[in-house]
Amino acid sequence: MLEIKDLRVNLEDENKEILKGVDLSVEAGKVHAIMGPNGSGKSTLSYVLSGKDGYEVVGGSVKLDGLDILEMEPEERAAAGLFLAFQYPVEIPGVGNMTFLRTAVNSQRKARGEDEISATDFLKQVRERAKSLQIDAEMLKRPVNVGFSGGEKKRNEILQMAMLEPRMCILDETDSGLDVDAMKLVAEGVNALRDAGRGFLVITHYQRLLDHIKPDVVHIMANGKIVKTGGPELALEVENNGYSEILSEVA
Amino acid sequence: MAIKQQKFDPIEDATFQVANKNRGWSQKAREGALKRLSTMGMPSRRDEYWKYTNPTELLTEKLSVSPVVGLEDANIFSELDALKIVFCDGVFNPDLSDDLAAENIIISRLEENGDLHWAKNYYGLLEEKAQRPVSRSLAALNTAIASDGALIHVKGKVEKPIQILGIRNNTAEAILHHVIKVEKDCSITLLESGPFAKRLNSVMEVFLDEGASLEHIRAQGRDHDRLAVTHVFADIKENAKFKSFTLSANGMLTRNECVLTLSGDECAAHVAGASVGDGKSFHHDDTVFITHDAVACESRQVFKKVLRNGATGVFQGKILVKEGAQKTDGYQISQSLLLDEDSQFLAKPELEIYADDVACSHGSTSGAIDEEALFYLCSRGISKNDAADMLTLAFLAEAVEEIENDKIADIIVEKISAWLSRRRN
Ligand SMILES: Nc1ncnc2c1ncn2[C@@H]1O[C@H](COP(=O)(O)OP(=O)(O)O)[C@@H](O)[C@H]1O
Ligand SMILES: [Mg+2]
Repeated sequence: MLEIKDLRVNLEDENKEILKGVDLSVEAGKVHAIMGPNGSGKSTLSYVLSGKDGYEVVGGSVKLDGLDILEMEPEERAAAGLFLAFQYPVEIPGVGNMTFLRTAVNSQRKARGEDEISATDFLKQVRERAKSLQIDAEMLKRPVNVGFSGGEKKRNEILQMAMLEPRMCILDETDSGLDVDAMKLVAEGVNALRDAGRGFLVITHYQRLLDHIKPDVVHIMANGKIVKTGGPELALEVENNGYSEILSEVA
Repeated sequence: MAIKQQKFDPIEDATFQVANKNRGWSQKAREGALKRLSTMGMPSRRDEYWKYTNPTELLTEKLSVSPVVGLEDANIFSELDALKIVFCDGVFNPDLSDDLAAENIIISRLEENGDLHWAKNYYGLLEEKAQRPVSRSLAALNTAIASDGALIHVKGKVEKPIQILGIRNNTAEAILHHVIKVEKDCSITLLESGPFAKRLNSVMEVFLDEGASLEHIRAQGRDHDRLAVTHVFADIKENAKFKSFTLSANGMLTRNECVLTLSGDECAAHVAGASVGDGKSFHHDDTVFITHDAVACESRQVFKKVLRNGATGVFQGKILVKEGAQKTDGYQISQSLLLDEDSQFLAKPELEIYADDVACSHGSTSGAIDEEALFYLCSRGISKNDAADMLTLAFLAEAVEEIENDKIADIIVEKISAWLSRRRN
């Protein structure tokens, strides 16, 4: 479903190479995890996939269901089914959470040539999905992420994911800053969306999230490259021995 | 001998007008205003008070007539059930207006030339007071030669909002002067909209008695060649509440002055503005002067401007806290969203405080669209244009939220959205 081939990316401003040839394929129905030390390029990968400015793709390709997404605008990628749960969700004063969600859902529908969702169906869906993430009505009314705690922001990301029903979900350190209960809640939200047609790329620094979201494949990223790929046991290896052992092993 | 072309002199012109027409009960006030005007002279670019806005175009003679804007187009509040007072080419038009007779309110027009009128003791009073410490010559000129205006006396509960609506057919100029007096504990919602004229000089004097309240919502827009200088003066007594919000879109040169005196204890004055301008010819100036002259009063100024394609926004806002005006709570914020590097925002916030137990704050910022927020919205499937519009509306929200009536606030938001999407085409 998602095919990344030899992806090379520079910072636009500094001509600094950050991704140095990333190869990665996520099949429908599978959960892939990317682990790696800080600064290895995980967030950069997620931003480049979703189309953020400031990066220059100098080589390689990215295809989503066979379509070259690097040529698309961020909103087109979203309508094509790509979703990024941000490591640092942005606060947007003055834009109500509900208005934002409904505009996003309808923009994607419109881009795909579908009808807008009716106001009642939308409300029903939001309430239902917000409830299971323990997001209350008051939070839905507030401006997007403004005054939300770290955990609330992450849960809000998962709510957006649940409402937009993307085919390819990328989660960037969704576990950072969460206590155990909040992490369980988020993991349940993600697990509820797992199905045969949907792929996941779960970026995390620690193994603990992967106790709750069981990955099919684990990749280790270091210095802008995938340096090792394996099964769930690879995450445990990181947990027990840290990154340095794996890195010295592949060096 | 060559004949030198005489330059148009607004004061000479006003002198001629005042001398040649007797305006009944308002004549004395008009003569007084003319006298002040002669002493003060007309403003020029050299005046500190006109540092950021060139008044020249407000003073020149004769303007060519430009396309007509009809009533429907002019009335952005058409879906509200309001009592309409319509001015066409600067003159009250009874045919287009609603029946002015309503319960608890007396509405008449300035051009009623009898000798006695309740407004006799009020017409020009606040304008005259507001000539110190800075001259507002264009307001004095207005008092001297205003062609018409609405005189509104509120004496009890008024069912509907009152709407002053201006349209234009043939004349390029309009000089209107309104007087609003709200009696003790009474309240009024006052709407004002329409192009009025290519060049408008408008004065509104508001007298709020104890516990009275006024919510004024004004829309300036849909007239691309507008030149306007407006003054809202208010005297606010004990426990009274004054609110004024202005939406400005388009136009060429607009100077909106608001001069408020909080003269009774525990009263409040909130003035807000949202303006959106596109193009080098757009110049919008909000000049506010608030005087705290009583104890425990609250004032708020919230001004937001969205500027693009070389548009200019100006904000001059002053809070003067007089000796003895203890427990004053003064707040002022002026912000601009610059959608490109050609646009500019000039702000001059001022505080002058002669009391010691006072909480006053002011802030002014200029900024571009938040790229992080823009990307966040786009990453959820919202188009770049729509996302930019959402962020623009969000930026203006703090000013629009000053409107108490939700229905009116919705209309304003709708108009801004329409303006934003029109810009795309
Ligand atoms: N906008 C940027 N400006 C400067 N350096 C950046 C920028 N984005 C990423 N980097 C650098 O790129 C490297 C990878 O960062 P990042 O993708 O955030 O790593 P990770 O998410 O794995 O911690 C780091 O060295 C970081 O400092
Ligand atoms: Mg990161």
